[in-house]
Amino acid sequence: MSDRSCLVVDDSRVVRKVARRILEEHGFAVEEAADGQQALDSCHQRMPDCILLDWNMPVMNGLEFLQALRKEYGPDNPTVLFCTTETEMSFIEQAIENGAQEFIMKPFNEEILLGKFAQVGLL
Amino acid sequence: MTPTTLETFAGLLRTRSGLVIGADKDYLLQSRLAPILKAHGLRDLDALAARLRAPASEKIADEIVEAMTTNETLFFRDGTPFAHLRTHALPRLHAARAPGVALRIWSAAASSGQEAYSIGITSLELAELRNRAIEIVGTDIAREPLARAREGLYSQFEMQRGVPMQMLVKYFRKDPAGWRIDQKLRAMVQFREWNLLGDLRPLGQFDIVFCRNVLIYFDQPTKTRVLAAIARQIAPDGVLYLGGAETVLGVSDRFVAVPGERGAYALATADTHTARAPALAR
Repeated sequence: MSDRSCLVVDDSRVVRKVARRILEEHGFAVEEAADGQQALDSCHQRMPDCILLDWNMPVMNGLEFLQALRKEYGPDNPTVLFCTTETEMSFIEQAIENGAQEFIMKPFNEEILLGKFAQVGLL
Repeated sequence: MTPTTLETFAGLLRTRSGLVIGADKDYLLQSRLAPILKAHGLRDLDALAARLRAPASEKIADEIVEAMTTNETLFFRDGTPFAHLRTHALPRLHAARAPGVALRIWSAAASSGQEAYSIGITSLELAELRNRAIEIVGTDIAREPLARAREGLYSQFEMQRGVPMQMLVKYFRKDPAGWRIDQKLRAMVQFREWNLLGDLRPLGQFDIVFCRNVLIYFDQPTKTRVLAAIARQIAPDGVLYLGGAETVLGVSDRFVAVPGERGAYALATADTHTARAPALAR
């Protein structure tokens, strides 16, 4: 049984599938959400250990979700790693200001994903 | 590849760089030298070896040595040495040096510069070093990676391998071609083309030396020789970092392992030859 859980939030089914495969191979139990609102609902039901979070999504974007999550549950938990095509410095600064622990720029591969998870102490 | 071809490459690499190539490294020669074959329109490694044995082959010899000695590197590779650098080596050596004296750090196989810049970031992150001059020298035998190191420009992929988000924001700038090292960090590091088997004395004395994942490519006598040469360039209370798969055991009595710190070594003193580890090295 997996002892860590990750919520993968991305409106792309392909990205969710790729991330799920990598994370499951490394012992994570993976849940999926296709937008920020679905992710918030999922957190209300069961809080994951970490969240891999896209930025641009319909309904509620990643930043709005992160702000709502931190407001409701405090600044530290769960660990949030953005995973986005937004690579301008201003986005990374906003991610830091709003309590994300890491920032992955798409396209990513297994090495980068696992490296970032290791950097924040998840591996 | 014929045995003569292998001997030709092995002889060149051994003489010029200390790199030991055995018959089991056939694949390495094939993959690393393929771009040279293509660039010179040569059929295979046998043709390249023949070209190397012909007159006026100096340029192609340089290309071969460069291709075979260029190694992959990444930022903050194998985190442990950088943690030791941050928590032990830099604070201790800073406290031991008079104000106004620069701490000198050598990245002895700098390749495209990630290790040297990681050392720079680590020292810039230490508030107590704010008024301490830090000089970082990155050397490598291969010219092309050094040119990249001097440029300080990395792809998104290279930058994401090891640079934490907080460091990215502080020490990199977005550039149309990738991610560029911040000017202040760039100014801390100088890169020089240098052969580890050559005379190291002109490089001066260092407080800290990173020589990681280099010795593994050398035979035993060359390892001993390189470690002896490094020992002459390192301060008596300095620190040497080797790669995780490297050791001084059975290779050199000039250094001793720092207890409990994998990959960190201190200069041996008369005491350490009676098996007393130097507590000061931590």
